[in-house]
Amino acid sequence: MAEHLAIEAQSLNLWYGTFQALFEVDLQVRAGIVTALIGPSGCGKSTFLRSCNRINERLGYVSTTGTIKVLGQDVYGEQVSAIQVRRHVGMVFQRPNPLPLSIRDNVLFGHRLHSGKRVNKADGDALVEEALRQVLLWDRVKDRLDHKATGLSLEEQQKLCIARLLPTKPSVLLMDEPCSALDPEATAAVEDLIWTLRGKYSILIVTHNMAQARRASDECVFMLMGRVVEHSATEEMFVAPKQQETADYIEGRFG
Amino acid sequence: MSSFDGFSSTPLEQRNNSVQQLVRLLFLTITLLLLIPAVATIVVLIVEGAPGLSLEFFLDKPRQNGAAGGIAPALVGTVWLTAGALLFALPLGVAAAIYLSEYAKDNWLTRAINVAIVNLAGVPSIVHALFGVGAFVHFMQFGKSILAASCTLAVMTLPVVIVATRESLQAVPKAFREACWNMGATRWQTIWKVVLPNSGSGILTGLILVVSRAVGETAPIMFTGAVFLRALYPSGVFDKTMALSLHLFNVSTQVNDVPRHVPFAVALTLIGVVLAMNAAAIALRMRLRGRKKW
Repeated sequence: MAEHLAIEAQSLNLWYGTFQALFEVDLQVRAGIVTALIGPSGCGKSTFLRSCNRINERLGYVSTTGTIKVLGQDVYGEQVSAIQVRRHVGMVFQRPNPLPLSIRDNVLFGHRLHSGKRVNKADGDALVEEALRQVLLWDRVKDRLDHKATGLSLEEQQKLCIARLLPTKPSVLLMDEPCSALDPEATAAVEDLIWTLRGKYSILIVTHNMAQARRASDECVFMLMGRVVEHSATEEMFVAPKQQETADYIEGRFG
Repeated sequence: MSSFDGFSSTPLEQRNNSVQQLVRLLFLTITLLLLIPAVATIVVLIVEGAPGLSLEFFLDKPRQNGAAGGIAPALVGTVWLTAGALLFALPLGVAAAIYLSEYAKDNWLTRAINVAIVNLAGVPSIVHALFGVGAFVHFMQFGKSILAASCTLAVMTLPVVIVATRESLQAVPKAFREACWNMGATRWQTIWKVVLPNSGSGILTGLILVVSRAVGETAPIMFTGAVFLRALYPSGVFDKTMALSLHLFNVSTQVNDVPRHVPFAVALTLIGVVLAMNAAAIALRMRLRGRKKW
């Protein structure tokens, strides 16, 4: 059972200083599928996402109780290095944030951090091509790999931000509203991409966009005020929500 | 009932307009008046000093206490002092700025350090000079030397390096840091690979400020390493040296029978050095700015 779970949170509580943002969150995210995390602003979706790769710690005033297991191992365990967690759990942000380097250097950035030695040209080229092919960007940028990544369109930038996670062979991809800075066409393109990555990676995606959650996820988690209210197959949640709050939110009565 | 009576201007509006015209003129005049000292200084220096400039003036050693001959040892000495100040101030200042901007938590100690830096920038240079005498000439036993004078200049200019660098580090978007951290980069990897390469313009600003001040200051060096006359080029950091700024002070006030054009020529050289350094750094900075796009 456990190996089919990408992320498993058990009675996770989280505080920003004295403000409690997550309450007793129990959540099992299955491996290899796309799980959408929905709920109104401030409900703890992003906080949960940021706990999975321990990036919340950077703030310095965050405390947690409970456990989050990624691939069966507690990421807050004593022997665990946050840096290794981040290598295996990639994060994509709301605003595409390519580094001010060339496209090629962006793709190789994470790999260089973790491989510890210089990447030779041929290996680097192979990694870059493989990653860019996976995000359906190769044909568009293969002739300008040494151009600045910040000169790409937003859609291309976001795809590049996904591509640069892939060379370190992550198992889980976390996406924090990855399409909310994009226009409808680009959104569709990135959604398509997420769908092609499904299966190879376990994807947890935070979204404000109900239509997107419905189109582009297998399972859906509805959160409210720092708690998980409902977790079910996407189809089920949108057709027959079990909880009244879920139904109200989905139908746009609040949030 | 409508009160509309056409779009023609009212007496009140006309009064407001004339007030605003008056204010504009007044402030323009003040701004132009402020230009006069700057322009006049340059013009006077060129008119009075240019006749004193010659190849011999730059390459020759001073004779008759500076009343004749050239300024070569002072020019060379200023280059030594400035380079020495840069060598200490730039790495130390950049390191401190990196710590304050990237590592330090926002607590009372950090705030106290920041206040201290601002205050240090306001300390008069003669006080730095006395500190330099105590700390470098005597306590560190550098003697009166280029080393002691450079260290004093470095201490004096550290605050501006720190502030300029810190501001340019903080101008690097947070999103870049987040991207790095989320890929598993340590703070240092993030700083080295992304933050520093994108804050070159601020570090250059620090460099400009150090150079301009180190070239121009007189007080901090006159007790710590610069001398009135020394017709030799420095051969090491423990030598004393002449310097342009002090030489200007001497030929203007301390030596009798100096031809009128000599002090002006020295001053013109001093300003020329500072302006040339600034221009070079500004050009470099514009090139760095042009490269970055976000």
